[in-house]
Amino acid sequence: MSEHKIEEQPCYILAIETSCDETAVAIVKDGHVVMSNLIASQIETHKAFGGVVPEVASRKHVENITLMLDEAVTASGIKMTDLSAIAVTQGPGLVGALLVGVVAAKSLSVALAKPLIGTHHIAGHIYANRLVGEIHYPCMVLVVSGGHTELVYMKQEGQFEVIGRTRDDAVGEAYDKVARSLGFPYPGGPHVDKMALESEESIVLPRAWLEPGSYDFSFSGLKSAVLNVINQRKMRGDDMNPAAIARGFQESVVEVLVTKAIRAVKAYDVKQLLLCGGVAANRGLRAELSRQCDKEGIDLSIPPFEYCTDNAAMIGAAAYLKWREQYFTSLDMKADPQLSLEAWGSNSID
Amino acid sequence: MEMSHDKEQYIYTSNHLQDTEALAAWLADVAIPGTVIGLDGDLGAGKTAFSQLFAKHLGVKGIVNSPTFTIIKEYEGRLPFYHMDVYRLSMDEADELGLDEYFYGEGVCLVEWSQIISELLPEPHLHLFMETTGIDERKITIRGFGSPYEDWCCNLNKNGVFKS
Repeated sequence: MSEHKIEEQPCYILAIETSCDETAVAIVKDGHVVMSNLIASQIETHKAFGGVVPEVASRKHVENITLMLDEAVTASGIKMTDLSAIAVTQGPGLVGALLVGVVAAKSLSVALAKPLIGTHHIAGHIYANRLVGEIHYPCMVLVVSGGHTELVYMKQEGQFEVIGRTRDDAVGEAYDKVARSLGFPYPGGPHVDKMALESEESIVLPRAWLEPGSYDFSFSGLKSAVLNVINQRKMRGDDMNPAAIARGFQESVVEVLVTKAIRAVKAYDVKQLLLCGGVAANRGLRAELSRQCDKEGIDLSIPPFEYCTDNAAMIGAAAYLKWREQYFTSLDMKADPQLSLEAWGSNSID
Repeated sequence: MEMSHDKEQYIYTSNHLQDTEALAAWLADVAIPGTVIGLDGDLGAGKTAFSQLFAKHLGVKGIVNSPTFTIIKEYEGRLPFYHMDVYRLSMDEADELGLDEYFYGEGVCLVEWSQIISELLPEPHLHLFMETTGIDERKITIRGFGSPYEDWCCNLNKNGVFKS
């Protein structure tokens, strides 16, 4: 559509994502066509530790990155010299992990004399939706992952306003901690989802609505409620039925997320609701959000599973916003573990 | 030789969140650059709640949420506030993260699950252990190691803050 007026030549962005436990490299054409998308999943290594282990992650990123760069270019069918720009996740994330990607991207940028685009990880998750279709602005985004639970209002392309966020635990983190306390294997989140969907019984747990009108979230009270149920049953010597607890937990989480997202959609009078982040792969959440959006006549966009969890194609999609503005990042850019989404959107990172 | 004598431990009984807040406020008030506080207790014991109250009284504005995923979150209060959670780390991994820059810096470090990295904590530090004794009730065991933390404990005791 309009991008053809601005860019006659195709734009090929090579994107690198190393903010947490995945080394990922992708090549994306014009911000929405995925030419290649590679993820060196380290999930086997992490299972032994029962979680994401940052140091292991950094070392693994170093071992993976050059091979991944080569493979991504080969798989895309284009040449290194055809690239238009190099994009990399600048933050937020674990500093040691981010640094590996940032150093690789800078080196490539210098070697190929192509501009560098520092990209925000959450903007990436949001723009994963661009890989499956047009985004209609203004829109509302529900970001749900291991480190984030946010409602983001986007008045127009590239403009972000965080209207709600978690006050304590992120939703993915709550899933992991509940999974651990129920003795489920890693990764805990998908296991809770599976048990919840299979269970016929449900233990009713509290919903944290916070004060009226708030778009913030809180999951630590729910986590404590789960622990109380487990402890009480242990003390009484009752049967545990972890699946019923998993279902009660999932129902509480999903109801709060869906209700607040739909209230935000109505209050901000947006054209579309986008779901993104690793927890967007949760089947219970996808199903209930789809059902409610159907009922309310809300246009809902959910990326396919492979673009929900961390990947580099989404970074290429978000970086394309900056390509269109021809706004590039200087080579002294620093990985920023606390990078602000709003500041990144408005090009006001200091 | 410091290792040879038992550190005194004090028990703070919190009957509700306001009691926990009183302790958090007192500690935030006496905190100085380089303060290191280790905070342990089971899931749901109230570590994050304590951290939020501590941050509030240190003058941090806005939301202080869980650092479990990112390990370290930095805030600006009366002093810089470094909120850490080493739940996902082992000793070796933490060692390579370079936490010393925070511990020996100009800010205040509050480390959740600090026992995982006990050998990496500076020798002088304050340690809090939180236990759930009821729905709202918490038992907080406080130990001061070295200066000024032993004096803090003494002062808390003299002020009649400790209930047993």
